[in-house]
Amino acid sequence: MLNTYTYPEFDYVQSPEQRDGKLVRHPVVIIGAGPIGLTAALECAAQGIPAIVLDDNNTVSIGSRAVCYAKRPLEIWDRYDVATPMVEKGVSWKLGKVFFKEKLAYEFDLLPEEGHKMPAMINLQQYYLEEYMVAKCESLDNVDLRWQHKLLSLTQHDDYVTLNVETPDGIFALEADYVIACDGANSDTRKMVNGEFSGQFFQDRFLIADVVMKNDFPTERWFWFDPVFHKNQSALLHKQSDDVWRIDFQLGWEADPEEAKKPENVIPLLKQMLGEDTEFELEWVSVYQFACRRMDKFRYGRVLFAGDAAHQVSPFGARGANTGVQDIDNLGWKLKLVLDGKAPVELLDTYSEERVFAADDNLKNSTRSTDFITPKSKSSRFFRDAVLQLAEQHEFARPLVNSGRLSTPTPYVASSLNTTDSEVFSGCMAPGTNCADAPIVKNGEDTWFLNQIGGEFTLLVFGEAPEVESVNQGGVDARVLVVGRDFEDQTGVLTERYDGQESTVYLLRPDQHVAARWRQFDRDAIKAAIATVTCQH
Amino acid sequence: MNPNTAQLNLEPNIDNPDDFYQHLIDMQRDLSEDEVQLMNAKLILVLANHIGDKAVLSQAMEVAAS
Repeated sequence: MLNTYTYPEFDYVQSPEQRDGKLVRHPVVIIGAGPIGLTAALECAAQGIPAIVLDDNNTVSIGSRAVCYAKRPLEIWDRYDVATPMVEKGVSWKLGKVFFKEKLAYEFDLLPEEGHKMPAMINLQQYYLEEYMVAKCESLDNVDLRWQHKLLSLTQHDDYVTLNVETPDGIFALEADYVIACDGANSDTRKMVNGEFSGQFFQDRFLIADVVMKNDFPTERWFWFDPVFHKNQSALLHKQSDDVWRIDFQLGWEADPEEAKKPENVIPLLKQMLGEDTEFELEWVSVYQFACRRMDKFRYGRVLFAGDAAHQVSPFGARGANTGVQDIDNLGWKLKLVLDGKAPVELLDTYSEERVFAADDNLKNSTRSTDFITPKSKSSRFFRDAVLQLAEQHEFARPLVNSGRLSTPTPYVASSLNTTDSEVFSGCMAPGTNCADAPIVKNGEDTWFLNQIGGEFTLLVFGEAPEVESVNQGGVDARVLVVGRDFEDQTGVLTERYDGQESTVYLLRPDQHVAARWRQFDRDAIKAAIATVTCQH
Repeated sequence: MNPNTAQLNLEPNIDNPDDFYQHLIDMQRDLSEDEVQLMNAKLILVLANHIGDKAVLSQAMEVAAS
């Protein structure tokens, strides 16, 4: 087991503040150095906020765990310049097949169009993901990863939070203006604020296994309903790096998880699936039960919750880590403006507003997939089987086959930060939507649109350059970027995706989402939109 | 009620209603309970797809549930 990867051991280092007995106030302290905590550290660094990360462990994720990372998180990680090794090491994919018994019931393509830098999905073992982010953090001066630092308790005051932390050298206190809790589904931080966490547990279990083997299966997600090798249950297959394959088996509610995890019980299942003659090695095994739950709100005073600490979903559709990364994308710029005194603390409530909205979309989709994969009632089971049988021969039924709707960003269609369109636009780039990527040419070189924006407000202008280089509203600057002057849209894809008719202007948020758009450059309208998107009144 | 929403047709609209009714019963006479349930589920899905309109389907479900 655990042979294909050497787990790093990160050094515990006593902080000067603990050693010297000094009480230090930090702008941001992040709890948890998993994928979301590390993303939070990199986001803070990108925003110029020094970040402390506390993790009670000293290594990366054991086992491949999340595996599937979607396009939007990759775009976010690209803003921190950490996505390239992930895409290189990971296995990119976009096609999926769903089988019922022996036959193909349904196929899907996650990215049926060209002209995007990032792939639809990559499969990458979580330990690699974390390793790359840790390496990036270690290269940055303003990120301090503190291993073997366990948060014991916290106390909120009007202006700051006191944290009591335990290390191998004992217990000490530190202070923070804001805390970002990224400590996972069983978050202790959530308990410390008496945070509500409600939803439903599903009465079912899945066995997940990392299996090392060489074979020629195509790079596609394969899902089976009632295959001959695992009757009346479901199975899932994903390819990862290093010839490691992820295989999931539905166990049902009656299964004993401790028994099911034992290699002597896992290996026969794998042999049934892969054939007696296939050589393989078991690398890692785990059993999990899933739940769809969320906190009532993601801001509790000066403590902000992100990732599984805030919301937990069943895994069908890869909406767990992928949603958490987008939480941080939404939070970072808002925290920066509040810390700088350029926006009221109310802006942090819009983090909760927008990300609760996204969490509900993800919970809805995960729940629907789970209901289809593990029907809750006899009648529901009949409908599920009816869909699968009809799908074999009839195309109409195929869109009903639900083995997981894969993670996509949730446009904040009703967000209080949007400025409603006053004119007609074609395409998808409505206020509240994440910006589509497009191939562009800059200084004679092929590059990508999303790499030109992000981290600050941008005014994307199609057509003639305005007279100003930026527009300022209450200390917040939106920098002008002109298509045709600052880069070229040679293929026309950008203009098409944004309905970039002559003199069209977009106000883009630091998280690469559209805040507002107009058919002309109107400084007053722009100022009003900046005020709206930063809660300045 | 929005006059632009399609309405469920509750007027008599089946060709040869007695023939249809017998066909339905005959198709299921020799089936087990489970087989009947599965077949009914499939029939609902086939017909729902043919209708397509979400508002009409919702109205149909409300009639069935009452």
